[in-house]
Amino acid sequence: MYAIVAGGGKIGYYLAKELVEQGHEVLVIEKQRLRCRLIEEELGNIVMEGDAAEASVLGEAGSERADVIVAVTGDDEDNLVICQVAKKRFKAPRAVARINNPKNEQIFRMLGIDATVSATDVILGVLEQELPANAIVPLLRLRHGNVIVVETVLDQKSPVVGRQIRELGLPADCTIAVLIRNEMPIFPTGDTRLAAGDEVIALTTSQTEARLRDLLWA
Amino acid sequence: MYVIIMGCGRVGARLANLLARDGHEVLVLDIDSRAFNRLGADFPGRTMLGTAIDVDVLRKAGIERADAFAAVTQGDNRNIMASQIAKHIFKVPKVVTRIYDPIRQDTYAALGLETISPTVIGAAALMDALLGSPAKTEP
Repeated sequence: MYAIVAGGGKIGYYLAKELVEQGHEVLVIEKQRLRCRLIEEELGNIVMEGDAAEASVLGEAGSERADVIVAVTGDDEDNLVICQVAKKRFKAPRAVARINNPKNEQIFRMLGIDATVSATDVILGVLEQELPANAIVPLLRLRHGNVIVVETVLDQKSPVVGRQIRELGLPADCTIAVLIRNEMPIFPTGDTRLAAGDEVIALTTSQTEARLRDLLWA
Repeated sequence: MYVIIMGCGRVGARLANLLARDGHEVLVLDIDSRAFNRLGADFPGRTMLGTAIDVDVLRKAGIERADAFAAVTQGDNRNIMASQIAKHIFKVPKVVTRIYDPIRQDTYAALGLETISPTVIGAAALMDALLGSPAKTEP
């Protein structure tokens, strides 16, 4: 695979290092000369000095034959432009953007970049798993379709305890995939009645996550 | 017309005053409150601290009722991102973006953004002046 890594900061550096170790062809594009030299010393002649948001730079970097362009600069707006120019001008098959502001995930998707990684979200997810009840914890975000696998544990206070799933009025883009009750999985039907202590694993979209929380906990 | 301007540099401040004097309702956004000093004491419009690449800030600024949006910060990429948010997400009818880099201007103009490149305009005007034809300046 030929990967172009835009941004030679810590993330770009370690990403490039891993990719090289896995045997891929990598080019790092970095604006600051000093940083370029540091990376070159450690990883060899795989750095190009330049601003990856400029089409001329992406062109020189061989974006037309790249399998993927990963934009990992520290600024979301730069990563957006890099990915858009790579996809629209150079027809890069895959463009992945790092985002810092979790809200940008939806914005980037609306602007045509649907592969984004938000370190903030990942850490939030880890933190939320440490929180007590009443939390809808995101377990996994699927790469396509904006689907999230979420988990919550019902207690007596939850208004849905004792009710059948068909009565919940779940939105169309949300489904309860499995319940874990007494350590046993239950694949529910509409008749299944929810009980206190049930660990609910649901599939939902990021837009519907809040509605699901309200239904299960409000 | 209700216009939101992102960036209170020299151009942003001048644009804001021109529009306000022309009778439009103007809101200027900047991430640095000192930038608003450029507007002058009798600027009749409003200012707000914040970055227009944040949808929460844009909503607070009233983007949903804005008739026009101009992105004139120093950063091409910030301008590009904010303009796309204004145009494609909030469907603001008139969106104008300043992009210094001629190649990026080209790419985004092809994608449907209305763009102004001071680099391109400036070079043309200077060339006119150097070669002897009268240089065009806006009133």
